[in-house]
Amino acid sequence: MTDLAALAVACGPVAVVAPLALVFVLGVPALVGAPLPERATDRACRALIAIGLLATLAVFVLMLATGDRHVVVNLGNWVSIHHPTDENAHYHFAVKFEYDRLSLPLAVLSFTLCGTIGAFAARYLHREPGYTRFFVLFAVFLTGMVTAALADTIETLFAGWELVGLSSVLLVAYFQERPAPARNGLHVWVVYRVSDAALLFAAVALHHTTGEGDFDRLLGTAPWPHGRAAIPEGQALVIGLLLLLAAAGKSALVPFSGWLPRAMEGPTPSSAVFYGALSVHLGVFLLLRMSPLIAASGWLAVAVVALGLATAVYAYLAGAVQTDIKSALSFASLAQVGIIVAEIGAGHWLPILWYVALTHLLGHACLRVLQFVRAPSLLRDYRELENAIGEQLPRPIGPLATAPGGVRGRLYRFALERGHLDALLVCCVVRPCVGLFLWLDRLERRWAAFLRGSAPVDGSSTAPRTDPTAHVAERRT
Amino acid sequence: MTFASLPWLELAVVVPLCGALPVARVRDPLAAARWCLAFAGAGLVCSLVACVTHSEPGSAGALARLFGRPVFALDALSAPLVPLVALLHFLTALATGRTKMARVSFAWLLAGQAVRVGTFACVAPTDLAVFLLLGALPPYFDLRRRGRAARVYVLHMGLFAALLLGGLVATGTVAAVLLMGAVLVRGGTVPAHAWVTDLFENGSFGAALLAATPIVGMYAAMRLVLPIAPPNWVLEGIGLASLATAVYAAGLALVQTDARRFFAYLFLSHASLVLVGMELHTAISLTGALALWGSVAVSIGGFGLTLRALEARFGRLSLTEHRGFYAASPALAVCFLLTGLASVGFPGTSGFVATELLVDGVVGASPAVGLGVIVATALNGIAIMRAYLLLFTGARHAPGVGTGMTVRERGAVFALAVLIFGGGLFPQPYIASRHRAAEAALTAGDAETTR
Repeated sequence: MTDLAALAVACGPVAVVAPLALVFVLGVPALVGAPLPERATDRACRALIAIGLLATLAVFVLMLATGDRHVVVNLGNWVSIHHPTDENAHYHFAVKFEYDRLSLPLAVLSFTLCGTIGAFAARYLHREPGYTRFFVLFAVFLTGMVTAALADTIETLFAGWELVGLSSVLLVAYFQERPAPARNGLHVWVVYRVSDAALLFAAVALHHTTGEGDFDRLLGTAPWPHGRAAIPEGQALVIGLLLLLAAAGKSALVPFSGWLPRAMEGPTPSSAVFYGALSVHLGVFLLLRMSPLIAASGWLAVAVVALGLATAVYAYLAGAVQTDIKSALSFASLAQVGIIVAEIGAGHWLPILWYVALTHLLGHACLRVLQFVRAPSLLRDYRELENAIGEQLPRPIGPLATAPGGVRGRLYRFALERGHLDALLVCCVVRPCVGLFLWLDRLERRWAAFLRGSAPVDGSSTAPRTDPTAHVAERRT
Repeated sequence: MTFASLPWLELAVVVPLCGALPVARVRDPLAAARWCLAFAGAGLVCSLVACVTHSEPGSAGALARLFGRPVFALDALSAPLVPLVALLHFLTALATGRTKMARVSFAWLLAGQAVRVGTFACVAPTDLAVFLLLGALPPYFDLRRRGRAARVYVLHMGLFAALLLGGLVATGTVAAVLLMGAVLVRGGTVPAHAWVTDLFENGSFGAALLAATPIVGMYAAMRLVLPIAPPNWVLEGIGLASLATAVYAAGLALVQTDARRFFAYLFLSHASLVLVGMELHTAISLTGALALWGSVAVSIGGFGLTLRALEARFGRLSLTEHRGFYAASPALAVCFLLTGLASVGFPGTSGFVATELLVDGVVGASPAVGLGVIVATALNGIAIMRAYLLLFTGARHAPGVGTGMTVRERGAVFALAVLIFGGGLFPQPYIASRHRAAEAALTAGDAETTR
């Protein structure tokens, strides 16, 4: 290994350690009841994000200098157990990170956008009661994003994936004195848990198929996107569908799209960086990382394209009737995410589209962050413009208005009800499950009362008489 | 006689037992709490020293001389569990609020510590059976002391005692089946789980917590069932019944409207997940189960202590509406979330690698079982977040008195946080020790089969 390559490997871990250090710097004082003052929080954020960004850029420059397009930073086995005689009875959890054409742009994007939004939020949330809470969760989010982006094993990716999910949910419920953000936070959490479960199952299945969770064993050692899946087409299809389910939950693809506008309950800085730029693209990133599986299975590619196009059409229609700026932006964002997903699926036939999808992702994230942070002042800008020209700005006719008469009404209803997707999930999944568990709970109480030799306590104050998760059916207020 | 050769393990049992007698006579609750803390702390120190020095030869204690054989002994399986059980008792005593001291029986807390530490220090089946039966007494007396009906508890523990004694007397497959039944009843497996919810609903939270969180059923399974090399279907029966309980209890935790019942089902689900690892009895799955055992005991113990601290401030907690406790007790909110997420194996906590290991171990043999474990974990995660959002968000709850965490509670939670994050960030020593214990248990089972 040359000196430059060794230097790149040495710089690599700094990018992961810097955001982790930020979590500890902000989190530990808050935990012991002595949170850092606003100015110190802002400085710690700027300094550690800058260190992480510089380390990532240093690796990028060194990769250009050495011509190496795949730098692996192996920190060793976090856990390793072996059986002295049985070769199959071993397990290891390697902590490995990789810098390649896919991970490096996303890591740079994460640091850049989080640095920008961190500086914006320091002023936007000045003297807010939840200032420290926001920045602690923001640091957890950045740690998760960078970990997931640079992960070289599926388990490491899963760890980052979960951190992103938790921080997102707690920031959706940031304004916690109102019940609506908490309800929406729970809705997002439920979708994320389904997504996490799918990813975990896929991770374990991969671990078993290839013997390890390392991407180079699964996707080949060639740098992205030239890897080749080391598993047969049938297994690639099954594991790929699990990953597609995970990506659908994280990126709000159909039928999970209902959580994205609900997530706009959080403060604008988090909406901008999470749901406009980074978090919503994490599922897309997963699909790009697993592109060799798409290359291996035509049916998987068809499913990915179909889901992407369905999401794009749905988001376009629903976005056309939104009356608040953040919801309109969220559906606009979702429409682009759907197109990116379709591009990834189409990469099965034309691999250059994976580069197109990556470029699309990066450009879209930057544009959307700008739009989100400008959203609160947009109405004022419009008013100033109208005052300046002395008349109303021209209002273009919406796309639904041009539809033929009979279809127009149905399309409007479909769009206003956001495709009935939430209602569909509630009717087909949530209510049957909750109803079953409520019925079982009533049986439990009767059984306990029988054993106790007393009357059943169905009417007691603690017995659930109503569906405690009924709020998931409610529309965002 | 060297320092290491002292009978530390016997002292870990005897010190709290001796402490229980004088503490029972102390009438002032504050003084009783202080004495209890001192004896529980001394017991904890003895158990820690016993754990550290267990591989060195020691002198026979009074009990060993009395019975002519060692009664207590530590091996790879029990070495970390004994101090863990003592720590849970110490922290429960430490985190007891002054407002609740008059209602807590510190003498029974110490007696319970002695019995449970003794249980985990036993190796011989008959000794273990005696301690398992003795361990059923403290919750019973707690229920009686509070004037609550103990019929549900007595019925289940009676069944447990009958199955346990029958299993010890019988031989062959019959013994395995009876012992399996005893393990399932003691572990709170569906349909013999009503005693757990009953105990949490009617007993004092602290006593119920200490009776449940060490997951004695798993220890009974490891010491009584696995060594007699039962037929595969017995272990599969334990695993499948536990998997069904894990999913069932997780689902019920999701719809509870009372915090204690919610906690009881959450605990049942976690305890059952630990027992799932028994089904396949492979080194990886058993290592995962053993690792998850310690992790669940710590995280669910911490979660329970946080709920108990909330109850001490706001009374019995209902999960029917948003309560808005965050502003009143932000530190408790953080502890609730940290310990709750640790219990479902969130990254960075001790449960993460343990859950990965367990799922990895079971998926190898049966993807359906792996899927069941993942579903149970996902449901538990949703239930915990739902409870968090209901308790800590909503219109600000502004009591007239201070409701922040006390120094003692902070100490208890800090100790648990060190274990949760220490085990999560540096998991190798703990996982390696659990792997050694799993290998030893499987080797003993194989030797029995060969014999």
